[in-house]
Amino acid sequence: MKEPFIQRYISFVITHPWRIFIMTLLVVMSAGSGGRFIEFTNDYRVFFSEENPELQAFEEMQNIYTKTDNVLFVIAPEDNNVFNSSTLNMIAELTELSWQIPYSTRVDSITNFQHTVAKEDDLLVGDLVDRRATLSLNDISYVREVALNEPLLVNRLVSASGHVTGVNVTIQLPGMSLTEVPEVAQFARELKRTLEANYPNHKIYITGLAMMNNAFGESSQNDMTSLVPMMFLTIIVVLGILLRSFSATISSIVMIFFTIIFAMGLMGWLGWKLTPASASAPTIIMTMAVADTVHLLVTFLHNLRKGMNKADAIADSLRINIQPIFITSVTTAIGFLSMNFSDVPPFHDLGNVVAIGVLFAFVLSVTTLPAMVILMPMRIKVREEQKNGVMNSVANIVIEHRKFLLLVMGLIAIALIAFLPQNKLDDGFVEYFDESVDFRQATDFSSQNLSGIYTIQYSLDQGGSGGVSEPKFLENVEIFSEWLRAQDEVMHVQTITDTFKRLNKNMHADDPDFYRLPASRELAAQYLLLYELSLPYGLDLNDQIGIDKSQTRLIITLENLYTEEMLGLEKRMSDWLDSNIEDVSYTVASPSLMFAHIGKRNVNSMLAGTTLALIVISFILILALRSRRIGLISLAPNLIPAGMAFGLWGLMVGQVGLSLSVVAGMTLGIVVDDTVHFLSKYLRARREKGMDEKEAVRYAFNTVGVALWVTSLVLVMGFLVLSQSHFSLNSDMGAMAAITIAIALIMDFLFLPPLLMRLEEKLNV
Amino acid sequence: MYKFFIILMLTVTSLAAAQTPEEKGYAIALETDNRDKGWEDSSAAMKMVLRNRHGQESIRQIRVVNLEMESDGDKGLTVFDEPRDIKGTAFLSYSHALVPDEQWIYLPALKRVKRISSSNKSGPFMGSEFAYEDISSFEIPKYDYLYLRDEVFEGNNCYVLELRPQYQYSGYTKSHVWIDKKEYRNQKVEYYDRKNSLLKVQRFTDYQLYLGQYWRAHTMTMDNKQNGKSTTLYWTDFKFKTGLTSADFKKNDLKRQR
Repeated sequence: MKEPFIQRYISFVITHPWRIFIMTLLVVMSAGSGGRFIEFTNDYRVFFSEENPELQAFEEMQNIYTKTDNVLFVIAPEDNNVFNSSTLNMIAELTELSWQIPYSTRVDSITNFQHTVAKEDDLLVGDLVDRRATLSLNDISYVREVALNEPLLVNRLVSASGHVTGVNVTIQLPGMSLTEVPEVAQFARELKRTLEANYPNHKIYITGLAMMNNAFGESSQNDMTSLVPMMFLTIIVVLGILLRSFSATISSIVMIFFTIIFAMGLMGWLGWKLTPASASAPTIIMTMAVADTVHLLVTFLHNLRKGMNKADAIADSLRINIQPIFITSVTTAIGFLSMNFSDVPPFHDLGNVVAIGVLFAFVLSVTTLPAMVILMPMRIKVREEQKNGVMNSVANIVIEHRKFLLLVMGLIAIALIAFLPQNKLDDGFVEYFDESVDFRQATDFSSQNLSGIYTIQYSLDQGGSGGVSEPKFLENVEIFSEWLRAQDEVMHVQTITDTFKRLNKNMHADDPDFYRLPASRELAAQYLLLYELSLPYGLDLNDQIGIDKSQTRLIITLENLYTEEMLGLEKRMSDWLDSNIEDVSYTVASPSLMFAHIGKRNVNSMLAGTTLALIVISFILILALRSRRIGLISLAPNLIPAGMAFGLWGLMVGQVGLSLSVVAGMTLGIVVDDTVHFLSKYLRARREKGMDEKEAVRYAFNTVGVALWVTSLVLVMGFLVLSQSHFSLNSDMGAMAAITIAIALIMDFLFLPPLLMRLEEKLNV
Repeated sequence: MYKFFIILMLTVTSLAAAQTPEEKGYAIALETDNRDKGWEDSSAAMKMVLRNRHGQESIRQIRVVNLEMESDGDKGLTVFDEPRDIKGTAFLSYSHALVPDEQWIYLPALKRVKRISSSNKSGPFMGSEFAYEDISSFEIPKYDYLYLRDEVFEGNNCYVLELRPQYQYSGYTKSHVWIDKKEYRNQKVEYYDRKNSLLKVQRFTDYQLYLGQYWRAHTMTMDNKQNGKSTTLYWTDFKFKTGLTSADFKKNDLKRQR
C-alpha cells in the first residue's frame, strides 16, 4: 500500500461520505438478501464428511439392516412398578399411538413384544399384552415373569427391577426436507403430553437419536435467538462506556450490523446450512468486527479531544491504523481458515464464514465507519489528555520489575502448560448439551434407569448364504455375546442367539432344557422361517439378519464412556473376536464410534492446520514488522497463551471435545493482533524515534495500551457470551477463546516487554 | 314417439343406476372376483429375488398349490425348495377373510407338524417385502371398497379403487388398486401403512391367459418406499383344474410334500 494512494483514498471517503455509505449499503443489502436461504440442519451426520470411514461403515450397515434412528419413550410410574394394569394399559396405548409418529417403521415395547408359547404341537405367537383384554392379577404377574426374564427386553425396554419401561420407535427419515426431524419430535412430545394427562402419576421422558437430531437443530436456533441479542446488548454497553460517545457507538453498531448481514447473507447464497457449530458464527463475527472499530475510534476520539476537527481526526486515525488493521484482519482470517483442516465439515463453514466476516469488517471499517463518523454529529469536549495515565504506570511497573516479571510469568506459563496432559478427549454427543436441555435430562434419566444411548454395533458375517443358521456360527455369536455381557461397560446385548434359543425351547414343548441353540443348520433355518411367518408388520427380524441370511447384527448398548474408553473398548472387542473366533468376518460401526473416532482424528488434523496457520502468520508478521528477530520473538506471546489456556482447562475441566481442537488455530489469529499492534509501535519508537528499548516499551504502552485493553475486553466479553450457549461445542469454544485472549493480553503486557528488553539488552552487550 | 320413450326409459334407468363411489367400487371388485372364479385348483412355481439398499440379492424358491373355496378363503399349500436349509418345509393354510387363518407347518429337521396360532398376516414373507397378506387369496369381505377415479396407467384404462382392510390385524390402513377396465386385472397396488403414509408399491407385469379366462401376472415387483428394499416374484408353471380336492390339503399329509 503506497502512501499517496491511501491518502487519496482517505480524502475521497471524507469528501464523499454519502456515496460511500450508500454503496456499501447496496452491497450489504444484495448479499444480505441471501439470508432467506439460511436453513438449520438437524442431523448429527453433518458432523461427518462423506469420506469419513466410520460414517461409511455405519451407512453400509444401515443399508444391510434396518436403520437405527429412533425415538425412545421412557415411562416412569411414581410407584416404581410398571407391572400393574394402568401402566400396562398406558404402554399398550403409547405403543399403538407411536405407529402414528411420522416416518415410524417399527415400535417395540414390552406389550407388543412377540411372545411365543408352546402348547403341545401348537406355537402361539402374539403380543405379550393384548390391549383389548382386561388383565387379571395372574395375567399381570405372568407378564412380569416373562418380561423380566427375557434378555431381549431387560435393560433395553424394561429395567431389571421393573421400575421403568421404554417404548422404542424406529424412525426411517426420507431425508428430503429439514422439517422431518422437528415433525417427529413435535409428534412425540404431543404423545407425551396426552398420555401424561390421561395417566397421572406417570412421567415420560423422550430420548433417542431422532430426538438428539432435533436437539441439534433446536440448540442452533436457541443460540441464534438468545446469544445474538445478548451479544448486541453487550457490545452496545461496552462501547458506550468505553467510547463515551453516542455517535461513535451508533456508527460501530451499524458497521457491525452490516458485517453480520453481509456474512450470513453470503452464507445463504452459498447454500451453507447452519449447524450447531456454525450457528455461533454471528456471535463470533460481531466480536471480531468490534475489534477493528475500536482501534479506529479510539484514535479518532483521542484526536477530537486533542482539538482536531472531525475530518482531520478520522483521516489521521485511518492513516495510522489502516495497515495494522489490515494485517490483523488477514491474520485473524487465516486463524479461522485453519478450521478447514478439521474433519468436521460444520467447522469449515464456521471458519470460512467468520473469515469472510472478518475481512468484510475490515472493508467496512475503512468505508462505512469513517463515512458515518463524518455524517453523524459529534460533540466531543476538547480537554487535556493526562500525560501520566494508567498505561504509563503499567509501563513503569513493567520496566522496573522486568526481571521479576519475566521469571514469574515464565514459571506460571510452565506450570499451567504442565497441566496440558490432564485433558481427556470426550466427544459423548449427549454431553454436548447441558443439563438445561430436555434431551440431555431425558437421556441421563434413561441411562441411569433403563438403558444407554451409546451403542456399538457388530455385523458378523458367516460368509455363505443362509450361514446364520450354521451351528458353529451361532455358537461363536453366543460366545461373543456372553463375553460382551461380562464386560463392565456393557449394559445390554441384542443378539439373535437369544431368539434361536427361545424358539428351540418353544418347539420342544417349552422344555427349559432346550433353551439352547438348535443342533443343526436345517433346524435353525426352519425355525427362522416359521418364526418369520408368524410375526406382524414392523416386528420382523430384518433389523438383525441381512436378506441373504449370511450376516447378523449385534447391538451393544454401553454406559457413558469417554472417547478413549470407547475406542479402547472397541479395540478390546475386535481383538477378542480376532483371537477367539475363526471364520467370521465382521464390521463394526455406530454413531457413538463415529463421534469417538472423529474427536481423535480432528485433534490430529487440527494440529496440522494450526501449525500451518502458525507458519503463515509468523511469515506475515516478519514481513509486516520487517524484522526476522522480532517476528520470531513474537512467537512466544502468540503460542504460549493457547498452551496456558489448555493447561488451565486441564486443571479446571479436563474434558476436551471436538470444538476445542479448533480453538488453538482460531485464537492464534486473534492473539497475534495484540502482538502486532504492540510490536509495531515498539519498533516505530526504536527505528523512527531512536528510543532505547525501555523508552520504546513505554511508548508502545502509551500509544496502544488502551486500545489493546479495550479490544481484548470486548473479545473476552464476546466469547463469554458464546460460552452461555447450552451446546457445549459452542460454550466450550467460547470459554476457551475467552481464557486464551485474556491470558494473551496479560502475557503481552507482563511477559512480552520484559522478554523484549532482556533479549535486546543481551544483543546490545 | 316410440324412440323418445326408449330414450326416456334409458335416461331414467341410468339415473337410477347412478352409483355412489362405494357402490361402484364394490361392483368393480365383485366383477374382478367373478372373472377369476371357477379355476378349482391351481399350482405354480415361484422364484423370489430380494434386494437391499446395499445392492445385495438373495433368492428363494417355492411351489404353491391352491384350492378354490366357495364363500371362504382358499386353501393353500406352500412347499419351500430353496434355500436348501429349508427344503421340504411345507406350509398349509386355510385362509379366512376376517378371522385369523388356520396354519400348519411341517419342519423336516424336527420331523413334526406344528400349528401356528397367530393373528399376524402382516409380517414379511420369508424376509421379503411381500407380506403374507399381500399374496394370500383375494376375498370380497376382506375389504371395504371405494371407487376413486379413472386413470390411464401404462397404456391401460384403469379404475382406481381404494381398499380398506376389514381385518383388524392388517398392517395397512388402506391400499389403492389400479384395475384395467378391459380384463379386470390388477396393474398396480399402493399400500399405505398405519399412519397413512405410502409404504410399498406393487407392480404386476407379464400377464398370460390360462384356460381362456384366467389372467396371471408372471412378474410381481414390490418396492418398499420407506426402507429402499425391493422384492420381485417370478411365477412359472401355472396349472389349473388338476383335480385336487380338500383331501389333498390335510395337515397330516404335510410330511409327504416333497
